[in-house]
Amino acid sequence: MERLSYFEIFSQITGHFWPVWIALVVFFIVSYVTRNYTGLYGKLFASPIGLIGLGIVMFWVFTAIFADLIITFDPYGQISGMKNKVPGTPVRGLEGEYYLLGGDRLARDVFSRVVMGSRSVLTIAPAATMFAFMVGIMLGLVAGYLPGKFDTMVSFLANLVLAFPVILLFYLMVSPAIQETGLPTILAAVMFLFPIAFFAVLVNSRLYTQPMKRNIIVGLILLVGFWIYLGLAFDSDPFGVFSMDPNLLNVFVSVVFANSPTIFRIVRSLALEIKTRDYVAAAQTRGEGTWYILLWEILPNARGPLIVDFCLRIGYTTILLGTLGFFGLGVSPESPDWGSTINEGRKILALYPHGAVPPALSLMSLVLGLNLLADGLREQSLKD
Amino acid sequence: MFRFILRRLGITVISVLCLTFVVFILTNLDGNLVKLAKFLGSQRMSAEQVDTWLDLNGFNQPDVIRYGEWLGVLPSYQLVQDDGKILGRCTRPGVSLEDTPRYCGIFQGNWGWSVIFREEVDSIIFKRLALTGWLMLYVMLIMVPIALVIGILAGMREGTRTDRTLSTFSIMTTATPEYVSGVLLVALFSSNAVGLKWFKGSAASAMENITFENFTLPVATMALYGMGYIARMTRASMAEVMTSQYIRTARLKGVSFTAIVLKHALRNALIAPFTVIMLQFPWLLTGVVIVETLFNYKGFGWTLVQAASNNDINLLLGCSIIAVIVVLITQLISDIGYVFLNPRIRVS
Repeated sequence: MERLSYFEIFSQITGHFWPVWIALVVFFIVSYVTRNYTGLYGKLFASPIGLIGLGIVMFWVFTAIFADLIITFDPYGQISGMKNKVPGTPVRGLEGEYYLLGGDRLARDVFSRVVMGSRSVLTIAPAATMFAFMVGIMLGLVAGYLPGKFDTMVSFLANLVLAFPVILLFYLMVSPAIQETGLPTILAAVMFLFPIAFFAVLVNSRLYTQPMKRNIIVGLILLVGFWIYLGLAFDSDPFGVFSMDPNLLNVFVSVVFANSPTIFRIVRSLALEIKTRDYVAAAQTRGEGTWYILLWEILPNARGPLIVDFCLRIGYTTILLGTLGFFGLGVSPESPDWGSTINEGRKILALYPHGAVPPALSLMSLVLGLNLLADGLREQSLKD
Repeated sequence: MFRFILRRLGITVISVLCLTFVVFILTNLDGNLVKLAKFLGSQRMSAEQVDTWLDLNGFNQPDVIRYGEWLGVLPSYQLVQDDGKILGRCTRPGVSLEDTPRYCGIFQGNWGWSVIFREEVDSIIFKRLALTGWLMLYVMLIMVPIALVIGILAGMREGTRTDRTLSTFSIMTTATPEYVSGVLLVALFSSNAVGLKWFKGSAASAMENITFENFTLPVATMALYGMGYIARMTRASMAEVMTSQYIRTARLKGVSFTAIVLKHALRNALIAPFTVIMLQFPWLLTGVVIVETLFNYKGFGWTLVQAASNNDINLLLGCSIIAVIVVLITQLISDIGYVFLNPRIRVS
């Protein structure tokens, strides 16, 4: 069998992404029809840049969801004779099957690995960003709203973390000696408390006047929250549903830890500005509690910049995760995530660039999509 | 103003102490010390022998005391063995007890001994820093002017096609981290598969002799990522200035557009980017580490990776103190510079 031409490779790859194309079409039709009811998101249809960004991001989201349908080979499987083969090489013994983007150093299919890699990138990055936001929002709101010792202390700590070189932090966090001390677990135990606290306080401050309803909802949140918490932070979920690989926990904790001080500073400055508004004064006059003012008056009014920053930060987190993978500190060396694959491929870059270029381009396009989306959202939110 | 600078300096010093203490604790964890003992003593030592070794060499003292010794504010640990051998952090082979100093920490200029490079840490670090200095110099020389020009051209007439094109370019560069652009550039310009082979994929030869061929790719890789961010900041600042009242006045009194941009807008528009450029330094540090690893340029970043992955405690501490000081000083300069440049801010 002959090697595929570049045009054939392109058309075959496009064909393999069929579930993604269908999902994208459905997604955009639904979004367009409902655009008048979805607020800021619906306004995105007025911004071409934002739409392109959304398209790229959703492409990768659907790729991650349907990765099992798209891949042509097992991303971990090695096929003999396919080591470092150029894109479009037919697989020996299999009629009509090709390594579309070539084989890597261990004779695995680059295309399948890149597709599968999107899954790990797109689960870790948004989740880590979410956790970092919870930490940053809780601390930032309090520090901005109530100036004093707490503010001074947390701001000083945040500046300390910010002055710490990220790369050094990662190297220190993933070293085996630190894992022995259990420091990542302690950090995880502290940081994973924030989401539970956030939702519990959020509901509690709102439903304070309806004790019955509040008790039920807060109770449920605490129950489910601590169930997940036990599984994620201590790997001791009694039912075994939630668990986290210790390596992944390390990566996750480092990324959340490196990200939250910046979010803290943003939220703090937003809170400082918003607390001088009339509606906050009105709430204070009504005698609302501090947490109600923080979470139901200030936070909703800070959502514009925070949503924009959330998009940007997922991109930044993706870059950070890639950096970790690049230095071989990632989830596991076998893992198909893009950073690790780039790291694998760069060693033979001068001879066989096809191993490192596809994941590099994928990572770049995802981050670009997120940045464009953030730009579009910013443009639209400023129009109000 | 003077008190403001003094206060900021004080905070900087406290931050340096806090951060180096944290790094000290994290690098001197028990697991690392055991590894060090086995490395310097013998691989086959039992747990008790390791403990004795650590005891004899003064590694089992409390962390705070050892940190004080490392800083040079506490007298260093010393032990004279029966055979006249001196143990302790100040001792060097062949130096007698009388000549061994009591205090030997950072303040005395003694950064310790690197076990992987078998050399004094300070001499390694300053040699490597010089190499990185060259890299940074070229990156700054390329990155800052281009970024400023892009930002000014884009922000000067907001919303035009030039603006759109340049802004998209800036967003694209910020979305391309060093390890991505580095890989792409090497694949494009120095791999066999594409065959252009204009530049070298390794900058190892640039350590002795910087040439266009061996230094272009690392510099371009680093400059690209930082460029977009500075350009976007400059654009935002320029666009804001261009809508202000004094620009309108200047237009109305008939000043030409070029003169407005050069004489009135530029000075005010460059205040914000100045802060951003200064704050870019810490970011460049991660970039330096990535680029030096990718292009095999044995500078500061490369040394940091070696120290961290081989657990060379003294070298890692030395690297981190330099990194932390660089970051904090740039923050300090950026804060003070911002106050100096911006007449609207008064510090009392």
